[in-house]
Amino acid sequence: MSAPAAADAAAPARNEQPTRRGQELLLLVFGWFLGSVALAIVGLATQDGLPPRFWTALAVLAGAALVAHAAVRVLAPYAEPVMLPTAYLLNYLGLVMIYRLDVAASRRAAENGSPAPTPEVIGQLTWTVLGVVLLVLTLLIVRDHRKLQRYTYLSLVAGAVLLLLPLVPGLGTTINGARLWISVGPFSFQPGELAKIALAIFLAGYLTIHRDSLAIVRSKIAGISLPRVRDLGPLLAAWLLALAIMAFETDLGTAAIFFGMFVAMVYVATQRRGWLILGALLLLVGGFLAYFLFGHVRTRVQIWLDPFAYANDQGYQIVQSLYGLANGGLLGTGWGQGYPQLVPFASSDFILAAFGEELGLTGIFAVLLLYAILVQRGLRTAVACRDVFGRLLATGLAFVFALQVFIVAGGITKLIPLTGLTTPFLSAGGSALIANWIMIALLLRISDITRRPDPVVTSPDQALTQVVRL
Amino acid sequence: MTRSIIRLSGVLAVLLIALLANLTYIQWFKADDYRSAAGNSRAVLEEYSRERGPILVGREAVAESVETEGELKYLRNYPQGELYAPATGFYSQVYGATGIEKAENKVLSGVDDRLLFDRLQQLFAGRDPQGGAVTLTLDAAAQQAAFSGLAGRPGAVAALDPKTGEILALAQSPSFDPNELSSHRSKQIRDYYRVLTEDPEEPLLNRPLAAVDPPGSVFKVVVAAAALESGRFTPQTVIPGPRTYTLPGTDVELNNASRTECGPKGKVTLTEALVVSCNTAFAWLADQLGDDAIREQAERFGFGTSFDVPMPAAAGRYPDNPDAAQTALTGIGQYEVRASALNMAQVAAAVAHSGSVMEPNLVKEISSPDLRVLDTTTPSTFGQALSPQHAAELTSMMVQTVERGTASGGAIPGVRVAGKTGTAETGNSPDTVWFMSFAPAENPQVAVAVVLQGAGGSGGSLAAPIARAVMEAVLN
Repeated sequence: MSAPAAADAAAPARNEQPTRRGQELLLLVFGWFLGSVALAIVGLATQDGLPPRFWTALAVLAGAALVAHAAVRVLAPYAEPVMLPTAYLLNYLGLVMIYRLDVAASRRAAENGSPAPTPEVIGQLTWTVLGVVLLVLTLLIVRDHRKLQRYTYLSLVAGAVLLLLPLVPGLGTTINGARLWISVGPFSFQPGELAKIALAIFLAGYLTIHRDSLAIVRSKIAGISLPRVRDLGPLLAAWLLALAIMAFETDLGTAAIFFGMFVAMVYVATQRRGWLILGALLLLVGGFLAYFLFGHVRTRVQIWLDPFAYANDQGYQIVQSLYGLANGGLLGTGWGQGYPQLVPFASSDFILAAFGEELGLTGIFAVLLLYAILVQRGLRTAVACRDVFGRLLATGLAFVFALQVFIVAGGITKLIPLTGLTTPFLSAGGSALIANWIMIALLLRISDITRRPDPVVTSPDQALTQVVRL
Repeated sequence: MTRSIIRLSGVLAVLLIALLANLTYIQWFKADDYRSAAGNSRAVLEEYSRERGPILVGREAVAESVETEGELKYLRNYPQGELYAPATGFYSQVYGATGIEKAENKVLSGVDDRLLFDRLQQLFAGRDPQGGAVTLTLDAAAQQAAFSGLAGRPGAVAALDPKTGEILALAQSPSFDPNELSSHRSKQIRDYYRVLTEDPEEPLLNRPLAAVDPPGSVFKVVVAAAALESGRFTPQTVIPGPRTYTLPGTDVELNNASRTECGPKGKVTLTEALVVSCNTAFAWLADQLGDDAIREQAERFGFGTSFDVPMPAAAGRYPDNPDAAQTALTGIGQYEVRASALNMAQVAAAVAHSGSVMEPNLVKEISSPDLRVLDTTTPSTFGQALSPQHAAELTSMMVQTVERGTASGGAIPGVRVAGKTGTAETGNSPDTVWFMSFAPAENPQVAVAVVLQGAGGSGGSLAAPIARAVMEAVLN
């Protein structure tokens, strides 16, 4: 009876790969250590001692890391080992910065004699734990990403509903000029974050089936292959959807994310550069239309061109952000030693500026490179994946991370017009954090399926054969 | 598909490089521009985050930075507020700094070159940068005596060490509380500042240094010095001191304060003229000497020069082109003669110091954060106002003025005090009264000038006791 087991141990299955779970654990421990040291530094720099409930926070975050690791070990043992620790480290650093901004907010309140504000970090920590729970649940429910392809059109409906939900009267809430939230009781949620995932699944499924027709070349102009006009339908639909988001939810960032994701996925599916060029053209046309049609877009562009002319009103954020970055310089002021709280929305949209100020050019480079690692690992997962659906889904998810970071970081550094978007894993905000963790879970799942060895049929005969073969 | 994914990562790499390049541009190449941009409140906050050095009198801090829990790490605290306000000034995030806080800002904030070594030390030790300490020349007892003596009446006191020019007292009334202006609450600062600027008595004006008034009879000392220096007069020279004196070229009559002749048959010696503060004699004397001689004498005493003590002090003024009648009036410190308490203290100090005028200064030494002395102010001579012999003669005249004349209010038992009173008319408002003196006459330790603006009464009764208290404080 012990023969099969012995055979298994002696003979690796076909395509056997090391699971690399040990590496992942090591990196997670390293991430936990780095984050914990940062947290201690913030405490020491701002209040001459470790932050209150320091050890509890460390325990909770160690627990989160271990649960995530255990879940991956059991549910996706062959998953890529770097993505989870990278996301975890970003999440931890975000928590530390949010805590640091809480300290500043409570100080300011004390100075003005106003009541102490609710610390954001407690909420964010709760969402982090929930995010890890959802990571586990996603791995548990989605045992094979290919099964998601069945829900292609359901995902489209779900995505559209989620996107349009904030427009429902009585449910939708306008916060800071953008109608992106829904409020149920005391909770507000940004369904657009989850819509990203739904629409990525839809596009992957849709393109898996239709990529051949989309790839048909109708004509060439200046050596560039252009798709047939009748295949332009979905592209135009995505473009109109993006414009609609801009018009009704007044959110440039989300619109750009969806449109960008769409173009990127169509390009990867068809391998036709014509789609990229068409996409770029539509982006330009859409941009011009938006500029002339929507006052808020025009304002954004004007602020972008000369923020200092609006330094005390609409340009205040971006100007403060630039001052903060300049104050940080090469090495930063050090955790807890700068003035990131001077930038409005420092804990959400502008959290990268806070990193730039307190950790300097060096620190913000490091953070951006963490994202680069995450995206590169995601795209590698896509390249390695053997099924088209998985490739497209992984590409879409990785690209969304990349594009979102670019739009946020570009916005706060005046490289491109500012749009309100969260920075993945860093920004305070529950819906985004949860969506990001689900995206990581899906990427882990795809890489797990990809690297998983083919199932071994374990009849005693074959086992013997295998022994012989070795 | 692999190829297009790789191309896509190429596009993303370009975006990443654009971000990194732009960040480098902002945080490295453009950083200094942004940091120094007007409206960048981080610069102010940064200044408040450093521990600013203390301002010391003796070993006691009259301005110090105390750590707070707030967003701004340090709060400027002035333990004795109003008492030292004319010296310390304030350090406000809304209105900037004044006084020593402004004049010695580089030392206090720690950026002065003399603190370079300490800055490096702090950097390597990983400690927060700290500013250096500024020790003032003020004498705590004299300062207290001056401030208490003013007792809330509008006025100013300046006291000098005649030998070094060190300012021993610099008091004013009404004063202000620099704590209120240096707080972290901008509304409180603005409210208090408005109250101060709307006050007709101008508490923010630095009275001992910057408020100039007609000196009245204390200016007779300058005229007497000019007379002695001219060589035409000695203390014993007899000059006319009639009951009234008709201003040359007019029919305006000038009276003596006593409405009597200054001496028998309207004749007095120069000494006697000063002792009784004879208006007619000094008006005649000024007419005899001419405006040029008096102006030159005044300028040798320091008039016309704005001294940096290190904050700039107002220059005393003598009119440019007075006619004969106006020149006669300048002989009794009227018409357009103007002087601050510091200007008149300098006159007294010069007479005390054998005619030698010292540059007035308020800073004794600067030290590193650990109170190692880095620099000590060395006394420097401004010039010679009158010869030692004439200074001795003038001292004797002023001693007699205290011992048997109008300045008896400044007398201290057992000490020979030289002094002179003044009462100046200032148009419609009550007279401004003066007293200037120094002591001990044989080895002067302190020269003081007191002015009470619009006090009415006489310098001998109102200002002299303050001067006496300040001198006693220094001598004890």
